[in-house]
Order: sequence, then C-alpha cells, then structure tokens
Amino acid sequence: MEYFLELFFGGLTRGSIYALIAIGYTMVYGIIQLINFAHGEIYMIGAFTALIAASALSIEGFGGWSLLVLAGFIAIVYSAAYGFTLEKIAYKPLRKASRLSPLISAIGMSIFLQNYVLLAQTSDFLPFPPLIEEFSFLEQVTVMRSSELLILSVTAVSTALLTLFIKFTRMGKAMRAVAQDKTMAMLLGVNVDRVISVTFIIGSTLAAIGGVLISSHIGQINFYIGFIAGIKAFTAAVLGGIGSLPGAVLGGMVLGWTESFATGYVSSDYEDVFAFGLLVFILIFRPAGILGKSTAEKI
Amino acid sequence: MPYGRRAPITQKGGKILRSFGVALWFMFLTFPIMVIKISPLEKNIEWRWGRMIYVGAGAFVLSLLWRYVIEQKRGPIPKEEADPLKVDTKDTGWNRGGSHSLQERLAIFFHKNKKFRILTFTGLFFIIAAFPFVFSTYQTSIIITALMYVMLGLGLNIVVGLAGLLDLGYVAFYASGAYFYALMNHHFGLGFWAALPMAGALAAIMGLLLGFPVLRLRGDYLAIVTLGFGEIIRLVLENWNEFSLGPSGIARIDRPGTLGIDFDLRDHTVYLYYIVVVLVAFTIIVVSRLRNSRIGRAWIALREDEVACQAMGIDKTKTKLTAFALGATWAGFVGCILAAKTTFINPASFTFMESAIILSIVVLGGMGSIFGIILGALVLILLPEYLRAFSEYRMLVFGASMVIIMVFRPQGIIGGTRKRHEFHVKEPTGEKP
Amino acid sequence: MKIIKVASLICTVILWTVPAFSSDTIKLGVAGAHSGDLASYGIPSLNAARLVAADINAKGGVLGKKVEIMAEDDACKPEVAANVASKLVAQDVNLVLGHICSGATKAALNIYKDSSKLAMSPSATNVDLTKSGLYPNFFRTISPDDAQALLQVEFALSKLKVKKIAVIHDKGDYGKGLAEFAKGFFEKKGIPPVLFEGITPGAVDYSAIVQKIKFSGADAVLYGGYHPEAAKIVSTMKKKKMKVIFISDDGVRDDTFIKVAGQYAEGVYATGPIDTTRNPMAITAIEKHRKEYGAEPGAFFLNAYAAAVCLLGAIEKAGSTDSSSVSKILRSNWFDTPLGKIGFDGNGDARGIGFAMYQVQKGRYVEVVK
Repeated sequence: MEYFLELFFGGLTRGSIYALIAIGYTMVYGIIQLINFAHGEIYMIGAFTALIAASALSIEGFGGWSLLVLAGFIAIVYSAAYGFTLEKIAYKPLRKASRLSPLISAIGMSIFLQNYVLLAQTSDFLPFPPLIEEFSFLEQVTVMRSSELLILSVTAVSTALLTLFIKFTRMGKAMRAVAQDKTMAMLLGVNVDRVISVTFIIGSTLAAIGGVLISSHIGQINFYIGFIAGIKAFTAAVLGGIGSLPGAVLGGMVLGWTESFATGYVSSDYEDVFAFGLLVFILIFRPAGILGKSTAEKI
Repeated sequence: MPYGRRAPITQKGGKILRSFGVALWFMFLTFPIMVIKISPLEKNIEWRWGRMIYVGAGAFVLSLLWRYVIEQKRGPIPKEEADPLKVDTKDTGWNRGGSHSLQERLAIFFHKNKKFRILTFTGLFFIIAAFPFVFSTYQTSIIITALMYVMLGLGLNIVVGLAGLLDLGYVAFYASGAYFYALMNHHFGLGFWAALPMAGALAAIMGLLLGFPVLRLRGDYLAIVTLGFGEIIRLVLENWNEFSLGPSGIARIDRPGTLGIDFDLRDHTVYLYYIVVVLVAFTIIVVSRLRNSRIGRAWIALREDEVACQAMGIDKTKTKLTAFALGATWAGFVGCILAAKTTFINPASFTFMESAIILSIVVLGGMGSIFGIILGALVLILLPEYLRAFSEYRMLVFGASMVIIMVFRPQGIIGGTRKRHEFHVKEPTGEKP
Repeated sequence: MKIIKVASLICTVILWTVPAFSSDTIKLGVAGAHSGDLASYGIPSLNAARLVAADINAKGGVLGKKVEIMAEDDACKPEVAANVASKLVAQDVNLVLGHICSGATKAALNIYKDSSKLAMSPSATNVDLTKSGLYPNFFRTISPDDAQALLQVEFALSKLKVKKIAVIHDKGDYGKGLAEFAKGFFEKKGIPPVLFEGITPGAVDYSAIVQKIKFSGADAVLYGGYHPEAAKIVSTMKKKKMKVIFISDDGVRDDTFIKVAGQYAEGVYATGPIDTTRNPMAITAIEKHRKEYGAEPGAFFLNAYAAAVCLLGAIEKAGSTDSSSVSKILRSNWFDTPLGKIGFDGNGDARGIGFAMYQVQKGRYVEVVK
C-alpha cells in the first residue's frame, strides 16, 4: 500500500508538471488551432531567464521568497515578450496559409531558439537554485515536498483562474469568439490580432511559471529541456482533449500516473511505450480526447 | 490583405523609426540571454554589453529588409480581390501579382516547346549521370542522402499531401526498413537486392497496422497518435536487446552486392548513387501515376471533404489504409538503403526530429507537388551540409531558414499545381470594414 | 532573371564550401556532436583541439606546417557521421579526432578505414571498437566499458560489501552497454542484480524508479549513464531520505555533476580515469580553456586534449603524415599528455590510462584508496 501511495504521489507530481506546461499549449491551440511546437522553447527560455535573474539578484543580496517572486516575475515578462514576438514573426504571416505551414514554421522556430540559447549561453547543464523554500509543516511528510505541493496548487489555481477569465471577462469572450469563427468575430468588431497576441502572452506566462517552478523542483536546466517537456505536454493536452483547459490538467495527470505505475509495476524500460499506448487506446474510444467535445461536422 | 490593418508606411522616416523600435525591442528581448553570462557556482556575472549593440544593429537591418521584402511580395493589390465571392480558379492565396505563377508559366512553356523540353531533359540526364565523376565522394555521398530524403518526402506526400492525414511518425517505417535489412543481413547474410522489396513490403504491412486503429481519428489527434507510434517503435528497438541488439546498434552491414567485383569506397558510393537515382526515378513515375489514378483522386477527395467523399461511394477505410501502406512502402525502401549506405544503424537515427524533417520537406517544398518535394529535400538536406561553413551557427541558420521560407512562401517553394477543376468560394479577407 | 540570381548564389555558396586545396597545413578533422542534445559532450573536445592547435602553431607547427582544425558536426547520428566522414576524407584531412558517440564512430570508421585515415576518439567507449579487431585505424584515449564495469563491480563487492544491487541505465549506447557488463560480472560472482532497468533520459523526474529501487531492498545502485539523470536520481533518493549507495561511471565523474546535484552529490561513488588534474600539462590546459572560453572545460576535455597531443606528436615523430607510419609510431611510443604518459596497444586502446574509484567528499571528487 505504501508503495502504491508513493507511486501515486510520484505520478501526481509528474502529472502536474505536464499539466502546467500543457495548459499553455492547449490554450494557444484552442484559440488558433495551432500546435505551437515552440511552446517548450518558451518554457526553456523562461527557466533560463529566471536562472539568470536569480543569479544576478542573489548577488545583490536578495533571498528567500522575494527572490522567487522577483526572478519569476522577470521570467514571466521575458517569456511573454518572446511568445508575443514569436507569434508576430513566425505565425502571423501564416494565418491564411494551410494548417501545416505554421507547424513547420514552429518546428523551425523551435530549432532556432534551442540553438540561440545554446550559443548565447552554454551547452552544459546548469544547476538551478532551489528557489522554493521547504514548508515547515511538510517536514514530517515523506510523500510530498513543498515544491511539488506548490506546482500542484499553481496548476490548480491557474486552471481555475483561466477558466474564469475565459468564461467571464470581455477578452475571454472575444477569445471564445475567435476560436469559434475568426471571420465572424472580426465582423463583429473583435480585434483578432490583439486576441491572438493576448493568447500567446497568457500561454507564455504559464510556460514561464512552469519553467521557474519545475526547474526549481528538478534543480538543473539546459537548452534542450523544452523539447522533451514540450512533446510530453502536447501528448497530455491531446489526451485530455486539446483545447480544453481541464482536459489538459486531466491529461497531464493520467499521463503522469500511467508512467509512474508502469515503472512501478512493470518496467521503466517501457514507460513511454505504456504512455503512448494508453494514448492510442483512449483515442480509439474517444477520438477527441477524454474531455474533448467531438464536434459534429458541418456539411 | 493578409497583413493586419496597419496602414502602409509611406514616408521613409516612418520606416526607419519603426525599424528603430524593432531594434530596441530585440535589444530588450535578448538582454538576459545574450548579455548576461552566469557561472552559478562562482557567484559572478559577466556582462557582455558589446553583444547588445550587435543585436540592435542586426535587428535594425533585418527589420528594414523584412519589411521591404514583404512589401515587394504584397505588391499592388489586384482589383478582383475586392469581390469576395469571385470564383477563384487557382487557390494560391499568395500569388497576387500576375495571373500565373512561375511554375505554371514554366509548365506552359515546356508544354509548348517540345524541342526545348527534350533539350532540358537530356541535359538534366547527363548532369545527373556525370555527377559522381565530376564531384568528390563527399558531394556524391550527401547527394545520395538528399535523394533518399526525396524518396521519403514523396512517400510521406502520399499520406500527408494527397490523403491529408498528418503523420508525425513516418520515421517508424523508415526504421523498420533499416532494421529489417540490418537484422536479416546480420543473422542470415541476406543481400541488399533481396532485402529491398521485402523491406518495402514489411513497411507496407506496418503501415496497415498503424492505419487500422487510427481510422477514426482526424487532424491533430492523428498527428499525436502517429508520433506515439514512431516513439514506440524506437523504444522497442532500444529496449529489446535480444531482437534488435539494443542501443549499440548493428555494425558492418553489407553494402549493396556487386556481383563479385571488388569495389573500393568511391566505387561503392558511385554505385549506390546510381541505385538511388534509378529508385528516385521509379518513385517519381509511380507517385505521379498514382496521383492521377482512381485511388489518387480518391485520396484527394478524402482530403478535401471526408463526408462528401463517402457520399460519392468511396470506401473511406480502404482509401485511408492504402494511403498509409503505399506511403510507408517508400520509407521501407529508403530504410534499407540507409542501412546499406552507412553500414551501421542504431535507434538514435530514428527520433521524432527525423519525422519532423521529412514532414518539413513535404510542406516546405510544396504539398502535392513532386518537383516541389524534390526541391524541398535538396534544400533541407543540403542546406545543413553547406551551412557547415557557419560551423556552430549551422543549426541556428537552419531553423531560421525554415521559418523564413515558410513566411515568404507559405504554400511551399512550389505550390501544388494539379490541374484543378475545383470550385472555390473565396473567404472574406481579414480587413475591417 | 531571378533564376539566374538564385543560381549564381547557389554556385557561390558551393564554391565557397569546396575547400581550397592547399597541402601546406596539417589538417586535423574534429568530428562530434556540436549541436543537439549531446552537444555538451562534443564541444569540449572541439575546444581542446583548438587550444592544442593554437599552442602548436605558436611554437612553429608540426613538421614546419601549421595545424588547421576542420570541425564537423555529426550530432551523434550514424548517418550524419558517415557523411561527415566522407567530407573529411574529401577534404583530405590527415587525421581525425573523434567521433564522440560510439554509434557515430562505428559508422564513420568504415569510411576512414577504406581511405586509410586514422581516427582517435576521446570518448567512444564501446568495447567492439577496439577488441573486435575490425577497426585497425582506430585509437582512443579512454578505457573501454568492460574495464570500468569490472572495477565498479569489484569495488562494490569487496570494499562496500554490497549484498543486493540494483543496476539502472539510461538506455543509451554507453550507459546500457556498461550496465550490461556490470550485470554480467555480478552474475558471475553469484549475485544477480535485484533490479535491471532502463530509465528515459531527459524525463522530468525519476521518483517512480527511485521508489522501485527503495522497495527492491537494494543496498546499492549501479547507474550507467550521464550526469544529468544521475543528479536527478541522486537528489530524489536523498530527498526521500534513502541510504542507498550510489555508484556510477565516467559520465558522472564530472564536476558538473557536483555543481548540479549540489549537497546531494555527497557520498556518491563514480569511476573515472586516474586523476591527472595535478599533472602540470592538465593544469595549463584547463587554465588555457578558462582564459580562452571563460568557463571550466566540460566532459572529455582532457581526453580530447591528450588525443590531439598524441596525434600531432605522432606526425612530428613519424616525420610524415602517412597513416601507416603514424599508426606505427602511435603503437610504439609513449606520449606526454594531460592524462600522463600514455601509449597505445595493438587494438588501439590506450595504455597508461586506468580507472580509479572516486567519491564525492565535501563537494569534490576524491580518489578512494583501493
């Protein structure tokens, strides 16, 4: 039983990491139906910026929670700026093109950004300082650490906030309108360009939050972390039903648990085989993901 | 107009001012990563302010250039665009200038001048035939690689370009072809020529195996499942030592048999070059015949509208499965060639990135166009090789080129120009009234 | 007009990349991963080669000729490595330093062999490369996997008195090869591992496999792979307050591991080449790297430095760049390198390079007395 619980919580942590990145993914997808392959790279840039900011700030004498908040804030600002610029350069000119063109542009951007960080910084792994301090009330608990608790709660809070944002604010309504029908939204006076920019900024903000918290939890980064995390987050988003926020969270969790239990009870050799196998299995029975709405085709 | 609502800038000063703004923005953007260099343990920070100036200057020039090229591209807005319900006979979406694209003009030209056509093809034939004798082994070797990707691109084009099924796991078939020959050769000493058709057949069967469960899926769901399929194949090859010899791979695979004649490395390369050239020619013939065949038309119909296609009595299941199987076959062939070319394979060659590159060939070259895909493969495979002059900046330039080609040629270097008799109602454009 | 412009551009690019033929330099090809996820193992070797070349050129070069570095990126992929190899051959390099990964090395060696070029790898440890006798043109300045595995197993059994062992690897060429040797040696000693599994490199965390180790009751883990994953596993184990001994390999005996794992690295065992950082040549080499690149050198830096010194030294001694005479010199002489005095045996494995067991003590790798 203890073994089961340990695996359960391990899977939960992993799942919440996937979920946190997947929310950004699914958000962008939901509005413009684009698989933003460079999302993982934004996450990586967020983590790098946070590391750089934290190193610079800690020399200035900052520490503790203020360091986390400040470094996190800088990372968010920069990631959002990168996401915004990325959309303007690589996706905006392609809005009218076939759906595969922005995908290729995204892959190109992903290669570019990886190598940009590789050349400007280093190819080596860098230690990421543990910015999240240990909570004293978790000292006796063995199954969970404070960074895990924080990742989990941030995932939950941001999902809730985003859902509220999309449901009730003006911008949220505009987003839903754009997602449904770009042309119609435009006719009704929605500034589509701005809505898409805001979507990218929100998505990148989430990627940056993920980058800071997850890197602080894992303790190391290099220029390549975004790629693997991005693929897994994408899988999680599709598993849950791409475009659906709760779906991304659920997808991340299911993926995390599958991997954890597969390792625990079968073999970690085939961890990813189980993960992708489950994905295929679920999609066969629910072709639009767990929470995805399968839209009837308009004829 | 594809570009937002911003009024075109008319005065020169405005352009420079805007580029100046862009330069400032990029200086801000690249500030932490370009300027600050940290060494976390020694707790010191190096400020590299000089780089910021380079970034600023570079961004300024590039921004001016970018805007200039886009304005050139956009050209004068043709009158007919004002009428959104105008029937558009060719869906290019970009060539707003003349009424015919370059390729179409070329095609017409070729069609009319028989003499010229024969001349060109003979010339091309001789260039291709003489290539390995003029250039070095290295040049021949990378051309072989490029031609292999031409075949991969043409194969994937059947699935993605014609049938419209987004496949991100094409590398799985490539791997199965390569491993089939490698293992058969390793264990049973099977020769290249015997293995080649079998590798193709095996890949086709794998295509069917993948095809069955994903029949119901569409678009991006299909993409992720195929991606997963590709990863599963690679992981199995990595983990199942007894079967695939694991991550250390299979070494000393035989090069194609030469009927007992003793070949050195150069001869082998030249020999393989001709094999690949013949196979590419074969692929081109088959794919172009397929495209205009009954099944090819069914694929295109399926891509355009699944429901209407079924209503017309086309068997969706059969059509999709043949697309998967026929697409995979070429990957099987190329896998077999890969194993014979490098004489060593391991699972590291068959990552997701490989699928992404093959897909990029198809899209960058121009979906559906055979000539486009040939061009796309040559660009994407030869570019990184010729970019070696940039040494460590190679992949940076490569990534940027992908983005730039897509931005300026969204329909690919050469858009598909099938003879169309499609009825297009033009979508209202993104202009605010 | 446009076509002509494009064509002329392409021609310019091609002409530009076709090497200018000049035989007044000694061309040292340096091949390895200079991009992609394994770049951090390839770039230090390139840096090392550049430093050695600059050093030798400042002293007048080899045989009176300047040394020219021809760097080629193979991204650790066999098919790219084969192309890179034929490019280096076409450019008529005299010697090759590389490749970095064993798989890529195997793919490239066939081509070097056919055109009788010598290659020396700073990091390819696959046993077949030397002991199979298939590649007479190959040398390396690193010990093969089996030597390392044997040391680990013997140390675990006789010094640490391990009763139950878990063997974990990263599914890679290097890690899995090493882990399989270790497993074989343990089985021979009558202690089959309680766990033998591969983890997914680059995964976000490894808590599941750590749990599995915990519940397998193993009192030691032997890990075959590189430091990023090792750091994650070790810190997860320590955070779960497990007291399992962690033994690993050369890929982990890297200062980056200690930097990244921080306090959690304490007590970790790792095998590595016999410590030569106090060797005066190594000290100057590292110092030069700091000065030139503003950072500590990365993985396999000293091995690559030694390889470059040996290759260029052998040409100087042989008095020509002819492969067979250089090869003879390499096999029959000893060279002063940052790794100490080394020579090469008939298979191409380095003599004078051995492994030692290290332990992280107070944030440094300290050699453990056998």
